[in-house]
Amino acid sequence: MARYIARRLLWTVVLMFAVSVVTFIIFYVLPSADPAALRAGRHASPQQIEEIRHKYHLDKSLLDQLSFYFKGILLHGDFGISYVNDQPVAKLVFSRLPATISVAVGAAVLWLLSGVAIGIISAVRRHSKLDRATMSLALVGISAPVYWLGLVALYLFADDIGLIPLFGGSGSYQPITEDPLAWLNSMILPWVVLAVAFAAFYSRLLRGTLIEVMGEDYIRTARAKGLPERTVVMRHGVRSAITPIVTAFGLDLGALLGGAVLVEIVFNIPGIGRLAYDAILHSDLFLIQGTVLLAAFFVIGANLVVDVVYAYLDPRVRYE
Amino acid sequence: MSAPLLQVENLSVSFNTEDGVVKAVDGVSWSIEPGQSLGIVGESGSGKTVGGLTLLGLTRSRRTTVTGRAMFEGSDLVSMDDESLRAVRGKGIAMIFQDPLSSLHPFYRVGDQIIEAIQVHSPTPKKVARARAAELLGLVGIPDPSARLDSYPHEFSGGMRQRAMIAMALSNEPRLLIADEPTTALDVTVQAQILELLDRLRRELQMALVIITHDLGVVAETAEQVAVMYAGRIVEQAPVNELFSHPMHPYTWGLLRSIPKLTGPRNAALLPIPGRPPSLISRPTGCAFAQRCAYAEDECRVTDPVLAATAQGRQSACLIPHERRMAAWPALAAGGTEADARKVVRGPK
Repeated sequence: MARYIARRLLWTVVLMFAVSVVTFIIFYVLPSADPAALRAGRHASPQQIEEIRHKYHLDKSLLDQLSFYFKGILLHGDFGISYVNDQPVAKLVFSRLPATISVAVGAAVLWLLSGVAIGIISAVRRHSKLDRATMSLALVGISAPVYWLGLVALYLFADDIGLIPLFGGSGSYQPITEDPLAWLNSMILPWVVLAVAFAAFYSRLLRGTLIEVMGEDYIRTARAKGLPERTVVMRHGVRSAITPIVTAFGLDLGALLGGAVLVEIVFNIPGIGRLAYDAILHSDLFLIQGTVLLAAFFVIGANLVVDVVYAYLDPRVRYE
Repeated sequence: MSAPLLQVENLSVSFNTEDGVVKAVDGVSWSIEPGQSLGIVGESGSGKTVGGLTLLGLTRSRRTTVTGRAMFEGSDLVSMDDESLRAVRGKGIAMIFQDPLSSLHPFYRVGDQIIEAIQVHSPTPKKVARARAAELLGLVGIPDPSARLDSYPHEFSGGMRQRAMIAMALSNEPRLLIADEPTTALDVTVQAQILELLDRLRRELQMALVIITHDLGVVAETAEQVAVMYAGRIVEQAPVNELFSHPMHPYTWGLLRSIPKLTGPRNAALLPIPGRPPSLISRPTGCAFAQRCAYAEDECRVTDPVLAATAQGRQSACLIPHERRMAAWPALAAGGTEADARKVVRGPK
């Protein structure tokens, strides 16, 4: 197992290198604004722009620029500078990370608990009114776009514009370190909005898998042993049916940690998603690189964690 | 003769499906005494498995209708509420199934699954339960039982898995073990070992054994009494030796004749029973076997035969007088054709 993980970690490095090269190339191939001109500001003379172009190696070939970039990362831990904010990319990204973690982890806990609970109840009470009602709602939840749901939530419950002002609205984000209560208040609507679609998907996924598992021979064995139905469902049924949920959960959480773009924009939360969005708007190459690398890191890392956890969940899975 | 341990009376099980009501078991009666063994034989779809599952309430659902009685140690398993029945499952009556790999939970260690079976019926400290589980694995012939407790089912061979299933079934010293096709998924050499084990355990533990199978060979080896099922009903019931030496029902004849003989010529054609079992949704009028029966008369397509005593300890359900049926078997057993046997059965006319 240790060798397997070591090999996967090595692959992570290779993949992240490939990802950043591709991002670099895309940036060069696709037409975008001249980064030097952007950096120089509105009333810069051609000479100033040339100076900046030279200073940031923008006048060099693609290969040279790439090698400068990777040398900076490997030798100095320097991920470059944001042209727009005039700040080191690493510092910018890390300052935005807590907000994204707040959104993603909070929502993840919410959707995991509710999705699993609804999925189990629907599977056990299949074809009941409760099952039909929750599964219809889940279909709506899956179909509704997050930004639309976010706007509806704001119009209904935000404490500035809402019909029933209950929770913090757009732009009310406070770091947890400064005011935990205000942080919680500002997070509730984003969490719920983000969790709805995931919870809907998870409940349908778990319901389907659990119904299938409950028809397995070993469930019949568990009943024949005289186990209470609750134990049969939870210890024998859910234990098997939960594995695809664990996979989906790891990948979804990993993807969100790289930036929950839509929710961060609708609720004006200063997280990675908005940082990336702004960076793209401003053709801010190194900042784009930084956010893409972070997202890639989380996605690849999540995949690795999921695979390792899987081996613990299913004893038949062995890696070499 | 002691009092029966389990007495099944007129048990019927039907499933409400989209295509109609499937009468899987249709008025079946049998009984078994403590420590006895009964074989229930039939083709797939004859209702033998459904009958077994129903005794433990494992077919209960909104779509299932069960009627009749199954008296086990003074209480009726059919009308019993779920919670009382749960106390019987695994404790009074245990059950093992056809495919031991899919019947064991793939994610739990074999030992833990046995410990769970022990603890569900009597609160036992984990250490004691573990020692007992090891003892059980040893009893069913698994070498180095304490170490094998920590194995997962996929690390066992097919025969060991079925042994583990049997060990789990024995954990609460049940008075009755229902074995549903216990050897069907196993290699032939392993089959014999498992059957021997079941027979040994029955004698040593004084545990009654109901063995459900499509394989007359299995019955010959393990059962004292045999019930032959066809289309949800018992068509013949007899002590095992009687059944093999003097079978009385044309269906049983077909089953026995379909077994290839080692002594016959090597290229001798197999003798299958022609046709298929009838639909359990719309049962034909008359005898359910009439369509496939070489001896059926006009009457057989009209009148439904009932299971009736024909000789001491024997029952069969056939409209043809049993004296004439008795006379036909010796020729068939010797390899005679059905046409010859038909003359004997029809009698002088």
